Amino acid sequence: MTSILGISAFYHDSAAAILVDGKIVAAAQEERFTRKKHDSGYPFNAVQFVLKYSKLKLSEIDYIVFYEKPFLKFERLLETYVALAPKGFVQFAKAMPLWLKEKLFQKKLLFDLLKKHDKKFNDEKKIYFSEHHLSHAASAYYPSPFDEAIVLTADGVGEWATTTVAIGKKNDLQIKKEIHFPHSLGLLYSAFTYYAGFKVNSGEYKLMGLAPYGEPKYSNKIKEKLIDIKNDGSFRLNQDFFNYTTGLTMTNSKFHDLFGQDPRNPKTEKITQFHMDIAASIQNVTEEIILKISKSLREEYKISNLCLAGGVALNCVANGKILEEKIFNNIWIQPAAGDAGGSLGGALALWYLELKNERIASKEDDMRGSYLGPKYSNEEIKNKLNNIGAKFYELDDNNIINRTSEDLNAGKAVGWFQGRMEFGPRALGGRSILGDARSPFMQKNLNLKVKYRESFRPFAPSVLREDVSEWFQLDVDSPYMLLVANINNNKKIEMSQKDKKLFGIDKLNIQRSEIPAVTHVDYSARVQTVHERTNPLYYKLIKKFKEKTSCPVIVNTSFNVRGEPIVNTPKDAFDCFMGTELDILVIGNYYLIKTEQNPSLKKDYTKQFELD
Amino acid sequence: MSFIKEFWEFLKIRKKYWLLPIIIVLVLFGGLIILSQGSAVAPFIYTLF
Repeated sequence: MTSILGISAFYHDSAAAILVDGKIVAAAQEERFTRKKHDSGYPFNAVQFVLKYSKLKLSEIDYIVFYEKPFLKFERLLETYVALAPKGFVQFAKAMPLWLKEKLFQKKLLFDLLKKHDKKFNDEKKIYFSEHHLSHAASAYYPSPFDEAIVLTADGVGEWATTTVAIGKKNDLQIKKEIHFPHSLGLLYSAFTYYAGFKVNSGEYKLMGLAPYGEPKYSNKIKEKLIDIKNDGSFRLNQDFFNYTTGLTMTNSKFHDLFGQDPRNPKTEKITQFHMDIAASIQNVTEEIILKISKSLREEYKISNLCLAGGVALNCVANGKILEEKIFNNIWIQPAAGDAGGSLGGALALWYLELKNERIASKEDDMRGSYLGPKYSNEEIKNKLNNIGAKFYELDDNNIINRTSEDLNAGKAVGWFQGRMEFGPRALGGRSILGDARSPFMQKNLNLKVKYRESFRPFAPSVLREDVSEWFQLDVDSPYMLLVANINNNKKIEMSQKDKKLFGIDKLNIQRSEIPAVTHVDYSARVQTVHERTNPLYYKLIKKFKEKTSCPVIVNTSFNVRGEPIVNTPKDAFDCFMGTELDILVIGNYYLIKTEQNPSLKKDYTKQFELD
Repeated sequence: MSFIKEFWEFLKIRKKYWLLPIIIVLVLFGGLIILSQGSAVAPFIYTLF
């Protein structure tokens, strides 16, 4: 038996993953345990969990892989600072202490931290270092259902690379091309995220959600001044307009003058039509680049499968466009496309590239629906709920499904906690908040009373796989909610002439389809297809809901409030249930009604988490 | 010691010997830079390091 522990840490989204004989056994993000969103510290709890789940001690692990190469990153930092000196001293002075104190000595640091899991662990030679984008590429290709694929990765920056193209064939994966820092699609998107007043590295989703409210008025300006896009999709950013290489902000005054406004201050300024147009413009440019790259790669390599990873691969609108244009026959996207997935990719790269193990692509992918995190037995849940003082009912599976589908039909907001926690940023029916997609009030209600987040943000639908093409312009698997598709025309409700004239968030109040809660203002939806094989209980729930309502679509949003990591334990779920206006909580075979709970268990919950 | 050996290997493979004097100076003055360390990095930067 060969076991490999993969670790990503010290940057964004620390995580741990474990492979046993090449099989993905467990993976989890540290933020879920520490309750600190995007936790970048050493993933002590995540490592503990994956070891426990695979019933291994650290000293029994054969290889440990860190997902990137610190020396190479240090080289990039030094060369950038030297090239731009004396500019950039402020950033240099912030970065260097961190590097000279610990990051440069990461092997020793890792070794010392790993020893905390098991004192018997004493072999530093077991620690390997992958490359940031190779880890992403491996996480996208190896679990995919393809024998051969083009692998495209794009994010902010790793060591030097910001965008890479690799070719995967059987067990081999070779990086063919790279675009290097400071030219980065991820950083360009993040610059606009910052400019629109959202937090960099977490608010990119909001920018994407805001885009359909605006018009891409500034696309040409972006392409004329900020980015030079070649025919093959490769690009160069005009550094005169950015500040991230030398300063402590993403953009500079020249950038602000170009668009005529300073960056939005989220504390004092509201989102206006200008910010919506900015969001629409950068989304438009991003899609153009991704499509150009995709087309040229398809042409050049004549391979019909595409795998995607890296933070930019979480731009599900752009992913949907690749699918819509039919550039590739098949697309597969790693559900943990961000840095957390690097832990898995690093481990997979070692198994196939270093140890040269055979790879046979499975018909479905190897991610097991991305349900790779902790699970709790009914006994554990019952004990916890009793300890807390919760009032609950114990129901069998059929009753759980019956009651929950009735609640959804009655317009209630349901916390749904079942089985293993998801790996990656999306809740996929393991730690989800569910609602009735047909309700015209559900989007506002969930945003403002349950999730405490901005009212413009859309919700995603979960739909039975066999019914997806009846409701959406999509007929492929999308189990990880990473593809956006339009609602079918026969489900749309056409807007009146008066409605069409509405601008921005006013559009939100117009009922646009039979499932308004999951229909964005441009009639698009971020679809999750639900499969009986990977999540039978969730599948049965939606099926029962369909029996009652003829609608196989429900709202699925992550089980958390704004700024909070998705819930991990039954206690996290109960706290979130009591701290928000969720009506029902279903954990395992236990069913809780809000109105029956002791009011003293209610907490002022939202203030516990810093808004993102 | 293993760190120095590994870092030297790295410079050799990458053929980036010119980084060596910079690194030596950095390590020598490292203490000084650590002393000048200010508050946390502003929340709006994408941490490049």
